[in-house]
Amino acid sequence: MRRNSIVAILAAVFLTGFVEVARTDEILVAAAASLSDVLKELSAAYQSKSKNTVNFNFGPSSTLARQIQEGAPADVFFSADLVQMDALEKNGRLEPGTRKNLLSNQLVMVVPSDSELAIASPKDLLKPEVKRIALAEPPVPVGAYTKAYLGAEGLWDKIQPKVVSVQDVRATLASVESGNVEAGFVYKTDAAVSKKVKIVYEVPTDKGPKIVYPVAIVKESKRKDTARAFFNYVQTPASKELFKKYGFVVLD
Amino acid sequence: MILSFETWHITVFSLSVGLASTLLILPFGIAMAWLFARKEWPLKSVVETIVLLPLVMPPVSTGLILLKIFGRRSPFGQWLYDRGVEIVFNWKGVLIAMAVMSFPLLVRSVRTSFSEVNPRFEQIAATLGASSLRIFFVITIPLAYKGIIAGALLAFSRALGEFGATILLAGNIPGKTQTLSLAIYSFVQLGKDSAAYTLLGITVALAFLFVWCSEWLLRSAKKT
Repeated sequence: MRRNSIVAILAAVFLTGFVEVARTDEILVAAAASLSDVLKELSAAYQSKSKNTVNFNFGPSSTLARQIQEGAPADVFFSADLVQMDALEKNGRLEPGTRKNLLSNQLVMVVPSDSELAIASPKDLLKPEVKRIALAEPPVPVGAYTKAYLGAEGLWDKIQPKVVSVQDVRATLASVESGNVEAGFVYKTDAAVSKKVKIVYEVPTDKGPKIVYPVAIVKESKRKDTARAFFNYVQTPASKELFKKYGFVVLD
Repeated sequence: MILSFETWHITVFSLSVGLASTLLILPFGIAMAWLFARKEWPLKSVVETIVLLPLVMPPVSTGLILLKIFGRRSPFGQWLYDRGVEIVFNWKGVLIAMAVMSFPLLVRSVRTSFSEVNPRFEQIAATLGASSLRIFFVITIPLAYKGIIAGALLAFSRALGEFGATILLAGNIPGKTQTLSLAIYSFVQLGKDSAAYTLLGITVALAFLFVWCSEWLLRSAKKT
């Protein structure tokens, strides 16, 4: 008797791994990992109004593009950079006319929150007390954007010897947080997540490179109407407010 | 420690699919290990090497090959798709990624345990008129069972740790294909270190338990 109930409990626990809630329609949105937090909140708001379920596949934009290229069943693609979206568009994987450059981000310079160095602008990086600067290695978009920006300011050649190349935005933040580097460049939305770094300089959007997050419906989507409903929802004023709350710049 | 529903779901999902993957590869792994340990056949060393490749190749490249095979763009993927079988972005994709990545470990461990069975017992059984199938099930398997279970545990642990091939083939879909490893990656990417540490603790505890059991079985198998 007792053994039976234990088996039943174990079976129930294991089966929950496969239970899927039945709703009218389900779509899958492939989205850049940096959009995870805002999109989770956005989809909760959407699902409270709609009977449709939105699932997400979060990953690096390049991986997601690769999967869609191979025919993976995604309905909407939300990329963190233009290159991946351009490649899919060129190969005819996007529903014509649905692509939209929706969001932008701002490049910021961060230092450890307990830093006592007088660093207030990119020019201060030339000071001898700044020994190391963390930067995601191009072609990671944030690294490429920073390099272009510092190049345009005429600072890149002098700063380059101090640059420590790291894997991605997270690694940049981690090295600044740990105090192993004096400064680093990340997106404003990423800097907002960490309590151990402070933003000392925001690159003005008109001077900085154009950072774009495009969104589009995937051509092979089997649930285009549902995909379109969500695609439209992310462009409503309420959604735009939410993106702004998370530090994104909404493009019009 | 109180775990959230999400944490439970991820843990149970990983364990379930890992278990299914191990059960799926077990018969094939045993058969292949036996062929490697007991038989000589043409191109044996080539096949042995191919089976071991996923162990040493970057998991992402194995994932890419799997995505190419099962993606809708390939003839096989299209054939499956026409029959309504979806592998990509699905728990079945997790299953396949885990199975492929843990198969070499299973084969290697089981092969070793077969090699340690004294062939004299099998030869004696053969002289007494037992068929090879009967010898296999009555002599070889019972003498090697500890090594087989140890290999299965090792393969199961490897399946739980799988990341590179899974994220490419099955995606990182919370509530659908997100395993412990993928969830840890997501939390690290988002800077949610405390959530990552919770899952990390579960992963370390599970991995320790299974690898320790596996080693214990192998040690006790050596003594007998």
